[in-house]
Amino acid sequence: MSKSIYDVAIIGGGHNGLTTACYLAKAGLKVVVVEKQSYVGGAAVSREIHPGWTYSNCSYVCSLLRPEIFRDLELSKYGLQIIPYEGSASMLDDGRYYAHYNDHDLTYRSIAQFSKKDAEAYDRFGKDVMRQCKIIKPLLKMTPPDPTSFAPKDIMGLFDFAKFFAAKDELGGLGEKEIYDTIRFWTMSVRDYLEEYFESDIVKAHLAGSAIIGTALGPYSPGSAYVLLHHYMGEVDGTVGAWGYSRGGMGSITKAMAASLEASGGEIKAGSPVNEILIKNNKSYGMILENGDEIYANKIVSNLDVKRTFLKVVEKKELPEDFYNAVKKFKIRGSSGKLNIALDDLPIWKSIPEGDPAGTGDLHITQSIEEMEGAYDDWKDGRWSSLPYVDMCIPSINDPTMAPQGKHYMSVFVQYVPYNLADGGWTEEKRLEFGKHVMRRIGNYSTNFNDIINHAEIRTPKELEQEVGLTEGNIFQGELTMDQLMFNRPIPGYAQYKTPIKNLYMCGSSTHPGGGVMGAPGANAAREILIDLKKQINTHYI
Amino acid sequence: MDNTLSFTKPLLETPFHKRTFEACYNNDWYRWAGYKIAREYSNTELEYTSMRNTAGVLDITPMHKYDIKGKDAIKFVDKLVTRDVTQIKPNQVMYIIWCNEDGNVIDDGTVFCFDKHHLRIFCAERNLNWFSDTAIGFDVEVKDVSDSIAALAFQGPLSCKILHLLNVKNIENLKPFFFDNFNLNGSKVTISRTGFSGDLGYEIWCNPEEAINVWDSLFKFNRDYKILPAGMNALEMVRIEAGFIQPNADFMSAEQALRPNRMRTPFELGMGWLVDLNKNYFTGKRILNDLKKKPLTKKLVGLDIQGDKPAIGSVLYDKNRKEIGIVTAGMWSPSLKSNIAFGYVDNHHMKIGSKVFAEIYHPEELEYKKIWAECLVVKKQFFNPQRRHKVPADI
Repeated sequence: MSKSIYDVAIIGGGHNGLTTACYLAKAGLKVVVVEKQSYVGGAAVSREIHPGWTYSNCSYVCSLLRPEIFRDLELSKYGLQIIPYEGSASMLDDGRYYAHYNDHDLTYRSIAQFSKKDAEAYDRFGKDVMRQCKIIKPLLKMTPPDPTSFAPKDIMGLFDFAKFFAAKDELGGLGEKEIYDTIRFWTMSVRDYLEEYFESDIVKAHLAGSAIIGTALGPYSPGSAYVLLHHYMGEVDGTVGAWGYSRGGMGSITKAMAASLEASGGEIKAGSPVNEILIKNNKSYGMILENGDEIYANKIVSNLDVKRTFLKVVEKKELPEDFYNAVKKFKIRGSSGKLNIALDDLPIWKSIPEGDPAGTGDLHITQSIEEMEGAYDDWKDGRWSSLPYVDMCIPSINDPTMAPQGKHYMSVFVQYVPYNLADGGWTEEKRLEFGKHVMRRIGNYSTNFNDIINHAEIRTPKELEQEVGLTEGNIFQGELTMDQLMFNRPIPGYAQYKTPIKNLYMCGSSTHPGGGVMGAPGANAAREILIDLKKQINTHYI
Repeated sequence: MDNTLSFTKPLLETPFHKRTFEACYNNDWYRWAGYKIAREYSNTELEYTSMRNTAGVLDITPMHKYDIKGKDAIKFVDKLVTRDVTQIKPNQVMYIIWCNEDGNVIDDGTVFCFDKHHLRIFCAERNLNWFSDTAIGFDVEVKDVSDSIAALAFQGPLSCKILHLLNVKNIENLKPFFFDNFNLNGSKVTISRTGFSGDLGYEIWCNPEEAINVWDSLFKFNRDYKILPAGMNALEMVRIEAGFIQPNADFMSAEQALRPNRMRTPFELGMGWLVDLNKNYFTGKRILNDLKKKPLTKKLVGLDIQGDKPAIGSVLYDKNRKEIGIVTAGMWSPSLKSNIAFGYVDNHHMKIGSKVFAEIYHPEELEYKKIWAECLVVKKQFFNPQRRHKVPADI
């Protein structure tokens, strides 16, 4: 049993924990990250669990990672490279496919096959969403001000909030109508939102996918339009809403962060689950690891979700009753599954020809928003969807490092899968049956898929929870609904990365601005800690 | 390929033209030394990405190539360039610059040593006139062999792997700045581990008759590994990230500058490391010797610029808004997620870590947004991955 002393100790080596650690280490603080797994990365990992193949086991594509963080942490120097998408497609039952490309004219012609009007409307949709993204972009980097507080910091913060909302700098200010539009967008259902633009079922279905990924909302649920926005507000080199692959899988992001941290003098203790956070007189001062080692630190930061932090690691007796109850009520519902499949060859699709760039990006299996809502109904009934929404991609077409030559890796994200099944709990048989169910669905759209499967990793919300530690396997560390966003995230009154325990902070996706491999919660938390420690660093972000 | 002189066809076509023409969907051609070279085949972003992710193929046939043959071959090149080349070994390549008598840079390039009586210089601008004048008094023959050699740059992390798959024997052990003769899918070629991308990469030199086979071979494994032809726009991006400067872009060649104050010395270009004042006399040595002792008035440096709007054509200022220089090349770097540039600064701001300001005019829906951006002076070499230097190279 050893004892060690640090300025800051971070629990959890996900991308946000590492981001916080990197910024604090850059400020000259003695920092340690403790991670329960033998590897860092949380839900941004690449692992070779089948020899020769590298899977992005959880998250699979990259857009939201703030470029300022990439730049500050010099992630290129530590091996990170983003490969832009070349297109995306939805496959239809009638043998056709609906595709987007990064060539604007090609996309127009592709949409026009289904509706000329929608092909034009797509430009208007793109412009309106882009405007919303520009409004929200500065908010991501802000610590949400507390609207009930009279502290100067919060009053100034609210003023900044209003200023950004009015988007004075970037967009010349929003008119009255646009403020209404923004509030509508943040609260309405994606189905209603898309109805305002498009007439064709497949156009709407293709776009609606972004609004249900990872969430326990259906496309008819109010608030789902915001989830679409959340998936659009990233960028690849200035192209807002664009997505790309992280070369070497999503683990390359966290591996680069870990290398950057170590280069700044930070330490990582992998394979070190935390048993207990040490708290005395409402102040945290250290932690005890499962192996008995003791770590003492001036500041403790939790990258775990808010439920795991305060229901599993911190003892109830240390917490105010109302806070404890609010944590218990925090919505963090598992709704997603993930298959990682090693393929012996390229799948031959019945619709998309080989070589079409649309086949190299995200491929959706969906026919209509109604079908997606039906998939959601199954989830509510405690079953996996009989017609699940599938968002899959084959990163190895573009990324030469993921699979042996001539072989491929396919990532399959599945919506919806419940955390608790109505007919008893998850069993090994049910997990395999779920995997087969999804593969059957994919197989319907391919002539060779069933014959080229070499290995599959099948993950339900249970596996995501057990392995990554995400409560109920919710990929965002908590629903992205208005009642849990901004100054309400994760708990009203505790949206500024602080907790009821002095010197204990939060930096995970449970905090503002929420989930996705963005790094913003981690960077924002680092800023708050640096302010409390009266330290400054040079950065493009903070 | 018919390259007979015709007033209706002022531009030449390279031996790869049949293929580059098919691939150049955008039909966007750039003039390079009288040849047609694709500026963008179909998408610069993807062509750039190929050189950082798989490999890109660039037609660099228009490079000027000068054979230096004779007893005094090494002596002549040593007189011509600022670096000591007397120790060059067969199969070795050296990066070189040459100056006029006033110590102003004319051009940069590479010199290949076949044996001590046969060297070859590759460079971007025409130099036969200058080389021939310098050769007076040496037992050497300078011959322009530009049109008799077809050339491709094959740059990117998979470049060695693809050559290895094509059974190019022992290619992985070719060291940076060395070359050798190889058999590439039935064609006799010379391959050097050189290039302009700052990444792992090769340049492949062959007879024009072999050109199509060499081109096609590099794409042979495209079902597994997406190799793309890359245009000049993409090359411009990688060369800025790599920190390579270009004559008539980052400085005026001393042979071409109309205004003498537009010429630059190696010291001003940050190429002092290429100037060996202890070696035998070379063109420009006397003046460079004097200049070395004097403080510089301006220097080309790397700039890491706040924000994400490229500082193309920006004027540089000090904190008191006094004009101190200009940006010669700038871009948003997709690999570094950084806003990078080369720019000239005055002698108070040359040190790494100095701060200057760029006035950026960013076009936004028919209006310019004026941005005052802080710039950190950094090394010009922004991107320099380990794989570039590794021996054996990654296969």
